[in-house]
Amino acid sequence: MKKYIIQSIRLTLVLLVLLCVVYPVTVAFIGKMSKGNGGGEKITKNGKTVGYALLGQSFTKPQYFWGRPSAVAYNAAGSAGSNKGPSNPDYLKEVQSRIDTLLKYNPGIKKSDIPADMVTASGSGLDPNISEQGAAIQIRRVAKARNIDEKKVKELVAMNTLKPFMGMFGPSSVNVLKLNLALDEL
Amino acid sequence: MNTELTGIIATFLLTLVIAIPLGKYLAKVFAGEKVWTDFLKPLETGIYKLSGINIKEQMNWKQQLKALLTINILWLFYGFFVLIFQDKLPFNPDGNPAMTPDLAFNTIISFVANCNLQHYSGESGVSYLTQQYVLMFLQFVSAATGIAAAVVLFKAFRDKTTTELGNFWEFFVKSITRLLLPLSLVVALILTFNGTPASYEGKDQFISLQGDTVHVSRGPAAQMIAIKHLGTNGGGYFGANSAHPFENPSYLTNMVEMMAQTIIPLAMIIAFGYFIRRKKLAWTIFGVMTIGLFMLLLPTLSSELGGNPALAKMGISQTTGAMEGKEVRFGPAATAYWSTLTTVISTGSVNGMHDSTMPLTGLWQLLAMMINSFYGGCGVGLLNYFIYLIVAVFISGLMVGRTPEFLGHKVEAREIKIAAIITLLSPFLILAGTAIASYIFTSHGDAAWAVQPKNWLNNPGFHGFSEMLYEMTSSNANNGSGFEGLGDNNIFWNLSTGIVIFLGRFLPIIGPVAIAGLLGAKKFIPESAGTLKTDTKTFALMTFAVILVLNALSYFPALALGPLAEYFTMLK
Repeated sequence: MKKYIIQSIRLTLVLLVLLCVVYPVTVAFIGKMSKGNGGGEKITKNGKTVGYALLGQSFTKPQYFWGRPSAVAYNAAGSAGSNKGPSNPDYLKEVQSRIDTLLKYNPGIKKSDIPADMVTASGSGLDPNISEQGAAIQIRRVAKARNIDEKKVKELVAMNTLKPFMGMFGPSSVNVLKLNLALDEL
Repeated sequence: MNTELTGIIATFLLTLVIAIPLGKYLAKVFAGEKVWTDFLKPLETGIYKLSGINIKEQMNWKQQLKALLTINILWLFYGFFVLIFQDKLPFNPDGNPAMTPDLAFNTIISFVANCNLQHYSGESGVSYLTQQYVLMFLQFVSAATGIAAAVVLFKAFRDKTTTELGNFWEFFVKSITRLLLPLSLVVALILTFNGTPASYEGKDQFISLQGDTVHVSRGPAAQMIAIKHLGTNGGGYFGANSAHPFENPSYLTNMVEMMAQTIIPLAMIIAFGYFIRRKKLAWTIFGVMTIGLFMLLLPTLSSELGGNPALAKMGISQTTGAMEGKEVRFGPAATAYWSTLTTVISTGSVNGMHDSTMPLTGLWQLLAMMINSFYGGCGVGLLNYFIYLIVAVFISGLMVGRTPEFLGHKVEAREIKIAAIITLLSPFLILAGTAIASYIFTSHGDAAWAVQPKNWLNNPGFHGFSEMLYEMTSSNANNGSGFEGLGDNNIFWNLSTGIVIFLGRFLPIIGPVAIAGLLGAKKFIPESAGTLKTDTKTFALMTFAVILVLNALSYFPALALGPLAEYFTMLK
């Protein structure tokens, strides 16, 4: 028994060095060559960081495309979903009020145009994307608020749409931050 | 064809393409045959030397278990002390506080047991030191513990009669050097180059396009996410686990993470067959498990892709499926596939919130964890399945009126007793645990705990009951996912699930290893016309029936009160 205890202690110490120093430091070191140097890719505007490429952020003004509802108000230091069950009455009321808000601010759209992702909270609360349909219903509002041609906005949406992986796998999506940056640059 | 469906089909096929050769490779590694990774031998020799281990020393099953338990208990003490003193230790750039003793108790058992149930949130609850030197460390070694225990079982059936089952330390170290570490390196780098943070920089702050100040948690996440999947651990770096865009940046990384959590459990089945020179048996087991996987996956897909009926009534469009708690870049199909994988294999990582999935999806998730052996966790999945096999052998033996045999060894009273205890343990822990929790919720709602029992549940009605049932089921299965709406960081849930995880981990390791050790030592009976063959379709069907009947009898009432009741109320 005593032999196993001593072997366990020594083996643990050796493995701590291998698994907690050698392995992660190697990855961190090689990761320096990745975009964002292994610290997350940043997006800058006029030399200032305005966000991370992968993280969604809150947009509420009419001249920006809005992202999905977030259970944590896009707090990137405390990710979480709503964890609301599908039959929860309070949750269903919340969804109804999101539908009403979208209908109010996006003239000309019908209820049946609204895709589920625009009225449901994401898993992380930081979802950077919306569906193509989610962008489509906002085009008229954004164009009006910015006083530009709807066609132009439509083009920008198309340019910022990410097609399925390799054209075959998974859904397509629109990155909200990149789209809004492109709008600001017009 | 729908690109969301082609995505999951491609993922499954790619998994097979990797897992099958990996299984053959593992069989050779553990048999000590020549393989291309033998250039790592000097590293292993160095580890043995520094640890004072002589791998030529043969152990019997009792010694194997002693070594296994000794080192696991050591990790419990080591981790517990780091967790309660993490605020005073270095590598805490975000200045996160120490854990309370009950939370530390839960967390350390959970990680030693390969469960990774998390009652804290990664961003605010742990330091970088804890993330790497305790949690990630345990993700490696707990997976290696499971694999090594399974190899002990392999050993018992390789030779005709034997009590010498190899050296535990050798299996354990090789699981790390020849399997977990190299694969983790590959997966971690794929993640890093797709955007997951890997450096040691602390929190960042920026002003968003709209003018809000945003704080961003970062840190060496890629390293941990690689092993959390390969080792079927599931404990995420960030609170939202693999739904977080940093943990799982794109559809590609999502495919990689799904493959990473499936390949080792699959490879272990193949390795078993090649190791004991009964390939057909391995393919039979693989067949039963895969059919089981699909029987859970298909209805899950159908209920998620159908969308939420309550939202459909409101008149919006749910063309792709239910979206609450899911991410747009993965879509409902890949999230449904993940939810099945992570519950059949005891990973417990999530790329979407299970609490928000449809009632029937919740049912399949729960059932997958109750069965806990359609592939199952690293090594332990096979150990769980072994218990079902022994029960099936026993029942078949009774049916034909012959002494039951398994691979040439008589299965007698002692082995059956152990198998029966392990079989009964799961329903006992899950149902008794949920019953106690429900009692406290209804009768002692005002208890002065960190979260008062009356405020435990995030959702009313039947779904609330499912939250408690899920927590206990996940703990017993060493899964670690949760219906995360549950207010679980308080003394009741920390202690109760801690105990359930501990018993649900170690007894199902001790039991099968003991049975295998006892059987392996018995006289070998050559095959004859009267032998019950365990690698036939008939026997596979028998095993499948045993699994279904045992689980249906144990859990149907509880499942009827939770997800089924919710489903039928939503139909109204």
